[in-house]
Amino acid sequence: MLLTAGLGLALLWAPEDADQGPSQRIFYIHVPIALTAYACFGWAAWKAFRLLWKGDERADLESYTAVHIGVIFGLLTLVTGSIWAKISWGVWWTWSERQLVLFLILFLFYSAYFMLRYSTEPGPRRARTSAVYALFGAVLLPVSFLAIRLADQLLHPAPLFNRDGPQMSASMFISFCVCLAAMLTLAGAIYLIELTGKRIDARLRELREQLA
Amino acid sequence: MIGYLSDVTALARKDLLVELRSRDTVPAMLLFVVATLVVFHFALPDDSSRLAAAGMLWIALLFTALLALVRSFVAERDEAVIDGLLLAPCDRSAIWLGKTLSVFAFLALAEAVALPAFALFYEPVTWELIAGVALANIGIAAVGTLLGAMAAASRARELLLPLLFLPLAIPLIVGGVGATLAENPGRYLGFLGLYDLIFAILSWASFEYVVTE
Amino acid sequence: MIHARGLARRFGDKRVLTGVDVDVGTGELLLVTGPNGSGKTTLLRLLAGLIVPTGGELDVAVDRARIGFLGHEPLLYRELTPLENLDLYGRLYRIHERRERIGMLLERFGLWDARREQTGAFSRGMLQRLALCRALLHEPDLLLLDEPFSALDAAGTELLLDELAKPMPSRTVVVASHLPERLGTTPTAHLALGSA
Repeated sequence: MLLTAGLGLALLWAPEDADQGPSQRIFYIHVPIALTAYACFGWAAWKAFRLLWKGDERADLESYTAVHIGVIFGLLTLVTGSIWAKISWGVWWTWSERQLVLFLILFLFYSAYFMLRYSTEPGPRRARTSAVYALFGAVLLPVSFLAIRLADQLLHPAPLFNRDGPQMSASMFISFCVCLAAMLTLAGAIYLIELTGKRIDARLRELREQLA
Repeated sequence: MIGYLSDVTALARKDLLVELRSRDTVPAMLLFVVATLVVFHFALPDDSSRLAAAGMLWIALLFTALLALVRSFVAERDEAVIDGLLLAPCDRSAIWLGKTLSVFAFLALAEAVALPAFALFYEPVTWELIAGVALANIGIAAVGTLLGAMAAASRARELLLPLLFLPLAIPLIVGGVGATLAENPGRYLGFLGLYDLIFAILSWASFEYVVTE
Repeated sequence: MIHARGLARRFGDKRVLTGVDVDVGTGELLLVTGPNGSGKTTLLRLLAGLIVPTGGELDVAVDRARIGFLGHEPLLYRELTPLENLDLYGRLYRIHERRERIGMLLERFGLWDARREQTGAFSRGMLQRLALCRALLHEPDLLLLDEPFSALDAAGTELLLDELAKPMPSRTVVVASHLPERLGTTPTAHLALGSA
């Protein structure tokens, strides 16, 4: 597993060679991180659904871990996005950057997830409640995006900043894909490591109780 | 089907009676929303735009709603009265629907006071605003009731409910303010309708998972 | 009627019930004893379906609509009157001729005169009597009573003992009490919980 993580990291360095100018390089990291975060939240929602629909108790830890990693990547998205904004436009934050605003909302939402888990007694109820909340998050994602678009039209009728066009040349595209793959692999590796760790913790606790 | 509706009616009636007779929530809500509007006057500079005033109205409504939502689960968690409902053969989602309807009614009551106050203090109220408020109400009641049940199971109930609720309320604010101010409010009202539809169905379906032990 | 093997329930890290076996036939009266904290309430709540086991298997032959439960809390709304409280439950349990049934129960348990007062003003004994009405309202096939005598006044205790003494072969009763002497009727089965 650690090998996969190392491989992921190694892949990250490759696009650094592609010389596109310093600001563009953040793009290679920022967007894959964002997409990976989406993937994590989507995975969490899927596991949550399985918990509720099939009653698969193990899915609780899986969903929780996925949210945890999603939040970490979400935080990274905000940080890298902020850096990008600083480099491109000279400000640390801008409300007209829809991705960032979306991630801010999601970050708030999923942080509340941890508050929810932390303040509820462990047990089937907490698992179910967390699962429902994770599902709400997945639905909130597109709804928020829509909301942000509408808000933009209302509050910022004239575009204040120009986004870098998404048109990419072939080599850029390949580098981008490699980066994306690397990020997903990295996330997957961390996920597996964390999940195993949590499962071991749970088993340990169970055994300790049985001995008591 | 008829049994379901009968259950919902009985439960909604119960929630309304309980809150009205407790004489806590309704006066508090009314007072709170008017007081907030007054406070905003001092918080806004004199030449503020319509935008700011509309925004403030929606914030006032949002926090008044939180007040109502926190209260709507007080009885249930304090004396575990909800066990009585859980023992009964009724569908859990009927409990959600009954409560949502009663929360909606109380919010409407608060708005019936808030909107005239807003018109008095700041600026006239348009039909679009009223429509926006009505639609947002549905969303707030629906999602708030579900989240209230989630928070009721935890140790930090009063803290948790606002935390859970505010991110989900952001689209409602966007829709609401948009409906108030935009040239074509239809789009924003449509968005609010969409939010209501999606989240009401989601809340209705997932309530039983959240309320049972 | 009730069948459980290796029943277990824990809350977080605390194991309240472990490896409990229960077998109760229809028409029996099971007495559950044990010191405080031995899991009597948890067992009754499991039987009522309010909570689910975290281990073992539990089989209760009747569904929710046929179970009557009297727990530590009266499960009544303080702002509502006895009539309103029972009417709500009457509707939810789909009781035929509920007005008559409610009236009959209130009279029997001496609450008819107070039927239009908000229960928030009631004494503990009155509340428990009303809670008993609530539990008996739908003529349950399985009656679960958790420490019923602890909150009942003298009149209420008599009424409950009368009710339990009635021969009802289709009704199964489970009573949890740490003072079993108060139970007039002889139980047909006994389960003792608590640390071995």
